[in-house]
Amino acid sequence: MTAVLDVEGLRMHFFTKAGVVRAVDDVSFRVERRGILGLVGESGSGKSMTGYSIMGLVDPPGRIVGGRILLNGRDLASLEPEAWRRLRGDRIAMIFQDPMMTLNPVLRIDTQMVEAVLAHHDVSRDSALARCREALAQVGIASPDERLRAYPHQFSGGMRQRVAIAIAIVNKPDLIIADEPTTALDVTIQGQILFEMQKLCRESGTALLWITHDLSVIAGLADHVCVMYAGRIVESGSVDEVLDRPRHPYTRGLIESVPSRNEPGRPLPQLAGMTPSLLALGASCAFRERCSRALEACAEAPVAEWSGERSLRCRNPLP
Amino acid sequence: MSSLADREPAAPVVEPAPAVQSPWRRFAADFAESRLALFGLALLVSLLMVAILAPVISPQNPYDLAQLDVMDSKLPPGEHSSTTNKPYWLGTDDQGRDMLSGIFYGLRISLAVGIASTACALAIGLLLGLAAAYFGGWLDTLVMRLADIQLSFPAILIALILLAVLGQGIDKIIIALVTVQWAYYARTVRSAALVERQKEYIEAARGLGLSRARIVVRHLLPNCLPPLIVVATVQVAHAIALEATLSFLGLGLPITEPSLGLLIANGFQYLLSGKYWISFYPGLALLLTIVAINLVADQLRDVLNPRLRR
Repeated sequence: MTAVLDVEGLRMHFFTKAGVVRAVDDVSFRVERRGILGLVGESGSGKSMTGYSIMGLVDPPGRIVGGRILLNGRDLASLEPEAWRRLRGDRIAMIFQDPMMTLNPVLRIDTQMVEAVLAHHDVSRDSALARCREALAQVGIASPDERLRAYPHQFSGGMRQRVAIAIAIVNKPDLIIADEPTTALDVTIQGQILFEMQKLCRESGTALLWITHDLSVIAGLADHVCVMYAGRIVESGSVDEVLDRPRHPYTRGLIESVPSRNEPGRPLPQLAGMTPSLLALGASCAFRERCSRALEACAEAPVAEWSGERSLRCRNPLP
Repeated sequence: MSSLADREPAAPVVEPAPAVQSPWRRFAADFAESRLALFGLALLVSLLMVAILAPVISPQNPYDLAQLDVMDSKLPPGEHSSTTNKPYWLGTDDQGRDMLSGIFYGLRISLAVGIASTACALAIGLLLGLAAAYFGGWLDTLVMRLADIQLSFPAILIALILLAVLGQGIDKIIIALVTVQWAYYARTVRSAALVERQKEYIEAARGLGLSRARIVVRHLLPNCLPPLIVVATVQVAHAIALEATLSFLGLGLPITEPSLGLLIANGFQYLLSGKYWISFYPGLALLLTIVAINLVADQLRDVLNPRLRR
């Protein structure tokens, strides 16, 4: 089975006055049809920038400098901007973090949804509206007709995110990139949205790339996970394997700092230190300064080693 | 770890659907909260009606020199014509022109000049400001430095020089006012657009694969309008005042088609000889117009400024 999305050695750098920031550095992963891939990492690890790169939404001074982004076997990175734009919102859709901000406050929901359909399909307004109603029903919004005529400010946060998801699925894309779409929502709503998204992907066969910093979300949602650190994927594999038997010290640190896994009364283990500045990355492993297992050999950055579906980028991995 | 899909499906979300309330209706309700603003709006609408209906409601056509009678010159308010016995409610000026009719027609010209110049300046400023904000780079630098230079000179000075070069006439004065005013709009739109551009809904619109033109016109522009509406309203008042100043200085409109400023100038020399009405009533009309516009603009600013929203 061919992957819907196959990213190979993607590099996206920002060319700033202070120097080159390697926001995404040699990132490779694939998402199958119906597959859900979790992309996990701290703020500034490059996970969102990976998503933006796939969408073709990187603005100068950022630029994709290498690698391939294959969507159904077609390389997006080599496309003209106009051809990429036509795929955006049609074959690949994105859901953003803050539902309060992603809907245009002055336009009604129907205007915004119909616009998304008409930007890519030469259909009548009525049939576009029918698609919108269908999409709203799919994300669990009751009485779609009434909702279509409303303005964003009349919705709660959870409802807005449902509308944003409906806009993303209205053209039945092959791939949805979700950039922390539940971070701004409270936990009960988060659970509902995760459930809906998982159901939608399973039913329609859409591949899903879920970007988050929250490992507990990934645990319940995704089947594969990539852990990103300082622009690189340090560990990847199936969710069960990676979360149950992490081999990269960073992955273990992330898992240990999830409060629910800790015994009450004991201090919560933390990852010491901060994410390094991507400007000052030397030749050594980016995690070296914070790593308890660092060796002399870590002065030279490790390369990704694959065994089956798992990859690891560490010179002294956990057993 | 159990998969989420194994759980029972959640019941569809039912939230009470609020009555569909468009931003315009909400805006109108907010505006009506201030009585003073409503009074200003009523005054403004009446003045506009007077200006539009001037040829119908004026007792005399002040532009038709044949209707003027020099025997009736400088009559005080309430005095009757010596020939036709018609009353001059607000008196006459030194040409024997009925002040009331003169004010009606003057109001017409003042408002027309104010609104037309504002509309043109708005269109030009909007276009340049949006382009500067969206494309950035050298275009942004060029437009904004031009605006800076423009705004560093007093408006009256630029308008005077332009009129001295171009000559008299209603079209010339509109050109002068547009030249003086476009920079305000360009600046306002640019700063609003720079803020809006960073917001996620623009990114989301790009994520939908909408074309650049569509994003600018349908998504960016409408969200930049609120501050612009406020500036435009205030600028109408400024344009009227500036036009009146220019006419008062004799550089505006020809003396045969007097605007409010010119009417005031006509009576200026008689002010100290007790014939106050020739300047006073056109001045009052000018004052009322500007106050009415400013009252409306103040409330617009309060309603449209998100930081002042309660």
